[in-house]
Amino acid sequence: MKLVFALLTGLVFGTGIVISGMMDPAKVLNFFDLAGTWDPSLAFVMGGAVLITFVGYRLVWRRDAPLFGGRFQLPNSTAIDARLVGGSALFGIGWGIAGFCPGAAIPALGTGRWEVALFLIAVAVGFYLRRRLPSPQAKTA
Amino acid sequence: METAFTPFASFGGGLLIGLGAVLLMLGLGRIFGATGILSGAIFFENRDEMRWRLALIAGMILAPGLIFLITGAMPTLTVPVSPAMIVIGGVIVGLGASLGSGCTSGHGVCGLARLSIRSLVAVPTFMATAAITVFLIRHVFGG
Repeated sequence: MKLVFALLTGLVFGTGIVISGMMDPAKVLNFFDLAGTWDPSLAFVMGGAVLITFVGYRLVWRRDAPLFGGRFQLPNSTAIDARLVGGSALFGIGWGIAGFCPGAAIPALGTGRWEVALFLIAVAVGFYLRRRLPSPQAKTA
Repeated sequence: METAFTPFASFGGGLLIGLGAVLLMLGLGRIFGATGILSGAIFFENRDEMRWRLALIAGMILAPGLIFLITGAMPTLTVPVSPAMIVIGGVIVGLGASLGSGCTSGHGVCGLARLSIRSLVAVPTFMATAAITVFLIRHVFGG
C-alpha cells in the first residue's frame, strides 16, 4: 500500500510538472530571460505550489504521525553556511545552462526524449562528485 | 525563441505539484525534494528507503503517459541548448543541489511553505544565479 501511495503521489506531482510547463526547458529558460523573450508563467507555478503546500502541511501536521507509520521527518538545521549558499548558487548556474532541474526532468523522462536521460545521468555524476567531497553531511531542505 | 504565457495552466499545475508535496508528507512524512529522492534512489542506504523513492519516481515518469491517455496527445518539450550544455549543466545541477541540500522542489516548494530560513536564503540565491547565467549566455556571449 505504501508503495502504491508513493507511486500515485509521484503521478500527481509529475502531472503538475507537465501541466505547469516546468517540464519544458524552453519555458524555464525564458522565465529567466528578463532581457529577452521573457515568459513569467513559472512564477505562477511557484505561487500555486507554495500556496497548497503551506496550507496542506499545516493540516497534515495536526496528525500525530504519517499514514504509513514512522514520524514526520523535517530538516531542523537553520545554518546559513557556505555549502548552502555556494551549493544553491551552483545549482542556479547549472539550471540556467541546461534548462532542466531534477524535479522537472524525472517526469520529462516519460516523454522518451534522449536529452532528458543525458541530463539525469549528468546529474547523477554531480551527486557522485558531491559524495566524494570531504565531510558528507546529509541535510535536506 | 518565444514561449506562450500560460498563467492558468501554470497555476493549476503548481496546485498539483503542491498537492503531491502534501500527499508525501501525509503518507510518508517526508519532504518532496527531487534531489534527495533521486540521490537516495541511486545511492541507497537501505532497501526500504530505496523502494518508496523508486515508486515515487516511477509515478513521476508515468505522468506524460497519463496526459497522453486523457488528451490523446503526448506532452512536448523543446530543448534549446546543445548536448554539451545539458551535460555541463547537469553535473553542476547535481553537485550544487546536493551541496545546497535542495533544489526547486525541496527548497522552492516545501522549504518556502515551511518558512525554512535556509530555503528563504537558497531560493533567491539559485533564482538570481540562474537569471545571471541565462543573461550572460544569451546576451553577452550570444549563445
